[in-house]
Amino acid sequence: MSAIPRWADIVLIPLINLFLAFLISGLVILAIGEDPIAALKVMIDGALGSSYGWGYTLYYTTNFIFTGLAVAVAFHASLFNIGGEGQAAMGGLGVALICLFIPWPHWTIALVAATLAAAAFGAFWASIPAYLQAKRGSHIVITTIMFNFIAAALLNYVIVNNLRPKGAMDPATAKFPEPTHLPSLGDMLGTFGIPFSKGTPANVTLLVALAACVFVYFLIWRTKLGFQIRAFGKSQPAAVYAGINPVKITIICMMISGGLAGMMAINNVMGEAERLILGSVEGAGFIGIAVALMGRSHPIGIVLAALLFGFLAQGGAELSLWTSVPRELVTVIQALVILFTGALDGMVRAPVERVFLALRREA
Amino acid sequence: MDYFTILQIVDSALRLATPLLFACLAGLFSERAGIFDIGLEGKMLGAAFFSAATAFATGSVWLGLLAGIGASLALSAIHGLASITFRGNQLISGVAINFLASGLTVLIGLSWFKLGGQTPALSGAARFSGVDLPFAEALSGVPLIGPIYSEVLSGHTILVYVALLCVPLSWYVLYRTRFGLRLRAVGENPAAVDTAGISVIGLRYSAILIAGVLCGLAGAYLATGLGASFVREMTAGRGFIALAALIFAKWRPWYALYATFLFGLLEAVSNRYPSVDLGFVTLPSQFMQALPYILTVVILAGFVGKAIPPRAGGQPYVKER
Amino acid sequence: MTMETGGQPSTAAPAIELKGISKSFGPVQANKDISIRVMPGTIHGIIGENGAGKSTLMSILYGFYKADKGEIFISGQKTTIPDSQAAIAAGIGMVFQHFKLVENFTVLENVVLGAEDGAFLGPSLAKARSELTELAREYELNVDPDALIEEIGVGMQQRVEILKALYRQADILILDEPTGVLTPAEADHLFRILDGLKAQGKTIILITHKLREIMEVTDTVSVMRRGEMTATVKTKDTSPTELAELMVGRKVLLRVDKKPAKPGETVLDVQNLSVTDDKGVERLKGVSLNVRAGEILGIAGVAGNGQSELLEVLGGIQTATGSVTVNGQPLDLTGKLSDAKSRRARGIAHVPEDRQREGLIMDFKAWENTAFGYHDDPAYQSGILMNNHAIREDTEGKIERFDVRPADCHLAAKSFSGGNQQKIVLAREIERNPDLLLVGQPTRGVDIGAIEFIHQRIVELRDQGKAILLVSVELEEILSLSDRIAVIFDGKLMGERMPNATDEKELGLMMAGMSGANSEEVAL
Repeated sequence: MSAIPRWADIVLIPLINLFLAFLISGLVILAIGEDPIAALKVMIDGALGSSYGWGYTLYYTTNFIFTGLAVAVAFHASLFNIGGEGQAAMGGLGVALICLFIPWPHWTIALVAATLAAAAFGAFWASIPAYLQAKRGSHIVITTIMFNFIAAALLNYVIVNNLRPKGAMDPATAKFPEPTHLPSLGDMLGTFGIPFSKGTPANVTLLVALAACVFVYFLIWRTKLGFQIRAFGKSQPAAVYAGINPVKITIICMMISGGLAGMMAINNVMGEAERLILGSVEGAGFIGIAVALMGRSHPIGIVLAALLFGFLAQGGAELSLWTSVPRELVTVIQALVILFTGALDGMVRAPVERVFLALRREA
Repeated sequence: MDYFTILQIVDSALRLATPLLFACLAGLFSERAGIFDIGLEGKMLGAAFFSAATAFATGSVWLGLLAGIGASLALSAIHGLASITFRGNQLISGVAINFLASGLTVLIGLSWFKLGGQTPALSGAARFSGVDLPFAEALSGVPLIGPIYSEVLSGHTILVYVALLCVPLSWYVLYRTRFGLRLRAVGENPAAVDTAGISVIGLRYSAILIAGVLCGLAGAYLATGLGASFVREMTAGRGFIALAALIFAKWRPWYALYATFLFGLLEAVSNRYPSVDLGFVTLPSQFMQALPYILTVVILAGFVGKAIPPRAGGQPYVKER
Repeated sequence: MTMETGGQPSTAAPAIELKGISKSFGPVQANKDISIRVMPGTIHGIIGENGAGKSTLMSILYGFYKADKGEIFISGQKTTIPDSQAAIAAGIGMVFQHFKLVENFTVLENVVLGAEDGAFLGPSLAKARSELTELAREYELNVDPDALIEEIGVGMQQRVEILKALYRQADILILDEPTGVLTPAEADHLFRILDGLKAQGKTIILITHKLREIMEVTDTVSVMRRGEMTATVKTKDTSPTELAELMVGRKVLLRVDKKPAKPGETVLDVQNLSVTDDKGVERLKGVSLNVRAGEILGIAGVAGNGQSELLEVLGGIQTATGSVTVNGQPLDLTGKLSDAKSRRARGIAHVPEDRQREGLIMDFKAWENTAFGYHDDPAYQSGILMNNHAIREDTEGKIERFDVRPADCHLAAKSFSGGNQQKIVLAREIERNPDLLLVGQPTRGVDIGAIEFIHQRIVELRDQGKAILLVSVELEEILSLSDRIAVIFDGKLMGERMPNATDEKELGLMMAGMSGANSEEVAL
């Protein structure tokens, strides 16, 4: 029997963690001589106060939903996929190849093809560490970290040597052709007569991300595969007893995870930049860890956590624009959220448990 | 490629290997005690910033070094709190520390120096300068051997020699002292240590603090020895290369020296040549950059010699019968 | 010492005296007001069933747990033992059931660990080396000081544990279930060592649940039952029967109501089955047996003699060589069809020995556990999704038929008691209507009420004409349930007996490898 009720585990403790993260961040802002309350206000205004702000916030949210889901799916099998960064980068390569070399008649078909390519590239990139873990016992955390760096080097090579237009200086591919450009959230809402800022990067991929959440929910809790993934994650000896193949589950689960991370590329590469720029994942793969931890590896939690981190990313950008607080504050907040929800969970949980035990004894 | 060029590359490799070696030994102490440490990168970065900032403010590189070690120790303490005291996930704690250092260094750097996250350039006593070994000048004329001594071995900053000294020292501590025996034991089977009446927590904290000091040295060297200021994200993945070197070295001090030197050499070569022509194939510099990671994966996969990590690595110790 | 009043000779002070020790873990009282006196220079046995509180008591003595109440006296002196350090200082050495050794250290390093003489290892190791030679000569404790722990056998490893304690100048040696992992010959060697230690004036506490050992080596024996110390008697004044009654607290032999078996066709036929584990140790050595429809074959044996491997091979968890047929058709022992899923498809159901580690996912709800292993069942699917509703409905039926309490299929497996957990597993496996049921330790950690129920269900399945292979370390269970008994020792079958033509004594001898020739040689 757990000492605390479910709601406390999934709502109260994350909120306390978040509060602690914000509290310490506030102290940091104070320490550099700024006003934390004013900073928070700027962030809220900038990220949520206008459709322009929302357009960016939701763009970031979309990225984080994908990477958060990626980490969460692996978590369910007790695998720590720290390679979302590399998988998303490889997904970008898949998207770029699909968009650059195949003439698409319409964005809808291009989106389907790009999504499949992004997922396939991400899944492939995750499959190697997965295979090595399953078959050779190589620690997947270390191998996925290594694969992040290998992906960065590979992408660097391919972009600079093969995909960069002649004469261009920056490490990026050519602009994708017009028919692959995805409609922005502003365009889409515009057709329904809802006014929404058109100059923002949030795009139709948000819907794909939400669909991915539904997919993951059904996969994990309603399918046989999900049942096997969860069983394997809880107890490997039991999984073997039940006839669940550990090698197969590890590889399939990691490929789904990598595929989800790869799919982030349709948002940032196809939807926003409309070309593949080196280093465009910008840490979203790592933020996925925070999102999955905070969201308790559940799609609904992940959407909420992704929204929070989307808000932080956009709010941080606004902050650096209007105040002298740099946007790296957001990195600090992310770090603290990961620290409190992931590593220092016991520090918060133990006192909360004591409180509930005391309450129960009185009742 | 003439002899002198080779010497220059080796010389550069030695300098580039130094931060890797410090960090690798840091990881070695930590992981030998059963604490995974993927926060080497963050600790180095934190140390690099605070050493440069302090050296700039005080004009003393030694105070800078102390401050760097202090910063790294503070992050180590967080790691200890998370992974030893509260028995949290050591990997996640490491990830958090990397983020924390990455954010804080720029945040504070911008606020203090307003230079886009850098510290002002260091010069004079605020930087480690080269130390000429005795007779370097005199021996440089000796054919073959002379230049090796004067060009490669001599003329580095003191921290390079400290790093090299740390190798036999670490070996001695690990294999010839009581502390080392206990440290290795706690990473293999903490229950054996506990039932022998030794504090598991105490040992693991000591290991983590040693790792903190060594990462502090690594970071300080980056900003005040190898470089002449702090630049944002200046560790550039070195913490992870050190981690790779640690696996490559199978958690052993002497092997750590060889592995980090090899990786330093790869970096030196790719710095000097955009691509390496081997005659039958041309290796791009990106391949050279990725090589440490690729080699580590190959080692981890057990295709070339199996790397067996300390058995209790990554698991918080819970007392049980 | 001023404490030595009344002119008693100092030898009369007990080596260890515990007064009124109590310890609770949450609502569970593991030790209730326990008092015991252990005289110096004796071997004192503590006997009791699993979960009687023996190990908790010893853990208190070794500073692992703090007693809620009570006092500890060592050689007449009141002592507090807050940690292992204090226990060692008080002259207590402990040999745990699961050894506390560093696998990739040498024997010497393990002995020295924590008892070094100074900051540098050299002198400590040299001193320990000469002392080990001394101890080896004195007590038959021969071990190669430079051997790595992972390269020596368990019997040797145990000697290292004893050496560790002696090197720390322990006067009191506690051994927790020391023979669980030993062959009989190794056990005999251990007992000789213990006798030698006793002769040198050491005090030994032997914790075990095996009556034979108690009768063989102890001077005094204390019996524990459900956290209480029920009696302390001189070993020579008691009998195994009396001790057994004291242990169990009732004069019962669990005789199951069952009609004579009507064996039919051979269902399971095992020929020359061998298993080598990943360390290269041969765990099963050419076992041949068969089970017919409508009969229960019981496998008796001391834990670790290959019976677990037998179940694992048949259950599809472990690969093996040899040949096995079920209903005349061969089983795949190494290939693609050697997994548990394929076994289930062949009509083999498996109640594993360790239900918490294998049989159940403790965090899964009862209904999820019902589908566990049978998640491929078409009845549990609807399209590409699982039909959770159907699974829950099925579970509710099973819960009712198997009287699982509380009758709530939404509770996690970990929220049920051991007996009810076992009923969930049993319901899942038996109701698959298997041709062959593999059952390991069906009543381990199960309360009395549930034991009867579980036994009845197994017999019912037999009466439906199914074949059952039962593995249990409880001889009593084997005797009362089986229609035929095979005894396993050191990976080989020692022979078969009919339950009405044998008794515990004969089986016990066979389990110790005594019916074959050269058992000494085999064991070493």
